[in-house]
Amino acid sequence: MLEINGVSRSFGDRKALDDVSFTCRDGRLTGFVGGNGAGKTTTMRIILGVLSADAGTVTLDGRPIAESTRRTFGYMPEERGLYPKMKVAEQLAYLARLRGFERGDADARARALLARLGLTERADDKLEALSLGNQQRTQVAAALVHDPTFLMLDEPFSGLDPMAVETVQGVLREQASRGAPVLFSSHQLDVVERLCDDVVIIAGGRIVAAGEREELRAAYTRPRYQIKAGADLGWVREVAGVEVLELAGGEALFESDEVTAQQVLSGALSRGAVLEFAPVRPRLAEIFREVIENEQNVEVAA
Amino acid sequence: MNGRAAAAPPSEGRAAIMVAEREINAQVRSKSFVISTAILLLVVLAGIVVPSLLSGGDDGGPLGTGGSGDETTVGTGIVVAVVDEVRGRLPELPGVSLEPAADEADARSRVEAGTVRAALVPDGGPAGVRIVVQDSPPSELVGALTVAPAIEVLNPATADEAVRSIVTLGFGLVFLMAAMGFGSTIAQSTVVEKQTRVVEILLSAVPARGLLGGKILGNSVLALGQTAAIAAVAVLGLVLTGQDHILSLVGAPMAWFVVFFAVGFVLLAAMFAAAASLVSRIEDTGPVLQPVMWLVMIPYFLVVFGSQNDTLLRVASYVPFSAPVAMPVRLYLGEAAWWEPLASLVVLAAGALVVVALAAKVYQRSVLRMGARVHLKEVLGRRAATT
Repeated sequence: MLEINGVSRSFGDRKALDDVSFTCRDGRLTGFVGGNGAGKTTTMRIILGVLSADAGTVTLDGRPIAESTRRTFGYMPEERGLYPKMKVAEQLAYLARLRGFERGDADARARALLARLGLTERADDKLEALSLGNQQRTQVAAALVHDPTFLMLDEPFSGLDPMAVETVQGVLREQASRGAPVLFSSHQLDVVERLCDDVVIIAGGRIVAAGEREELRAAYTRPRYQIKAGADLGWVREVAGVEVLELAGGEALFESDEVTAQQVLSGALSRGAVLEFAPVRPRLAEIFREVIENEQNVEVAA
Repeated sequence: MNGRAAAAPPSEGRAAIMVAEREINAQVRSKSFVISTAILLLVVLAGIVVPSLLSGGDDGGPLGTGGSGDETTVGTGIVVAVVDEVRGRLPELPGVSLEPAADEADARSRVEAGTVRAALVPDGGPAGVRIVVQDSPPSELVGALTVAPAIEVLNPATADEAVRSIVTLGFGLVFLMAAMGFGSTIAQSTVVEKQTRVVEILLSAVPARGLLGGKILGNSVLALGQTAAIAAVAVLGLVLTGQDHILSLVGAPMAWFVVFFAVGFVLLAAMFAAAASLVSRIEDTGPVLQPVMWLVMIPYFLVVFGSQNDTLLRVASYVPFSAPVAMPVRLYLGEAAWWEPLASLVVLAAGALVVVALAAKVYQRSVLRMGARVHLKEVLGRRAATT
């Protein structure tokens, strides 16, 4: 388990990170969500140790991270980069060797991973000769070639074609199922929503929400309910504590607390048949919007 | 836990060797490097062989002009004055015609006058004979004697002036070309890693110092390899054209040059890499590399154009930037005491250590800063200490 505790960092007068704390649990995919300049990349670089924190600690399994442990992490930077003029397999093998694998072992790993990503035929081509999509797959491979103890990817899905998104999602799940914690940032909230076990939301250098995806969904918006009944539901507007969002004949979407929702349900049952009644979880995008707006309101108030 | 059985990361030194290996491979496999090296070696070879062919061989005759040519050469051969008592030491030689001389004084005066190419006179040494020449001994003659004879050069100074500037220029040019060439290579490779962002991945695997060390090591090996190849081709050229006697004069300075070059290039490579790490794009390298280029070029011009000024040359031979050229030149001129190259080498090595340490600091702090040019005071200032 990777823990970030109270990490702060300034660049000159600008405070890029302010008391950032969250955890990435073993075997789970953690999505790291935030706007541009929110502090995602700075956080990742501090975890990676290429940037130092002004305050706070990063620990793995409760211990400070030794330099030699950090070198076993896997990292995919947001700005993609490998040697354009180096052959694909050779490049991956080189990276594996830098991580401590013997030459033959490193080469075997590189080729196995390329096969997994469907790049066997391009293994001995120069990177620059590959299509953009294949270059991006290679980039993912570069972060994985040494079976990292902790995997961190900055915007792994940006610019990927749908096929590559599928492949990369599969590979990330595999990595998590090996037992390593996986942290990735993304602007694509639908992908995060589909893939992540845990979500961390950062805004203006501060963590504004963190936790299991379902918990966040429950915590960050008033519960919503969908109800479908045989009779007209116009009367629901009159129930105290209910805010109707949509209403069309026998179908309604409303916000209320759970007790009130049960009152609406029994009211509907007393008026006729109820065909459907279910809580509706807000989408991550909505939580994100709400959290960011709250944050901005707090800032304005301060 | 499961899946955490990653291999142990290599030590910084081993990682640096892998980085160096990649740098060397990338260069050696590039067509432009192979072709430019081949051209360079051919130019060096041609520079030695062609003038010697045009002048009909270095052994063609004495320096004198005018009518003397007819008297001292027969066809393409040479004329040698021989004192009678050592006449028997010399077999009949093709291309060498012998002219009897009454005694040593007679033979000597003929050499001085330029009527003969050389004189063979009695000597107390193991060979029993000595060759007296104006400038350089003809190889036919030296080779014909079973025991190497003593050689007396009557007029070394005049020949030296020309050779002196050629040797100075040679050392200077080789140093300048290798420094500029491989300096640019390491600068380019630094910026390309930054521009393509591969440096972020590399730094997640290797400490910045290991990465920089590997780049310096790799490029130094390449530069040294090319310089050694140039030296080897120069030796080959001299032997092929029968000018191998020059070797005895430049051999030791050349060996020293290679040693100085090895240390001096490390210093330069570190500066080139650090300067290049300040910018994020190849297009921006010009302004940051310029000060480094001056540091390479100014000492070169000082040495080449100031080689007649002994004081300047002595000072230059202790300044780390110019020592790799100035000290071998002084050695060649025979002006340096035996301990001087060692002292200068210590100064150079100390300078290199300081520069490499500074360069590592600059590199470490600027290589991940993308975008606008990073200014030196930002990375060497006090605030930078936390980066």
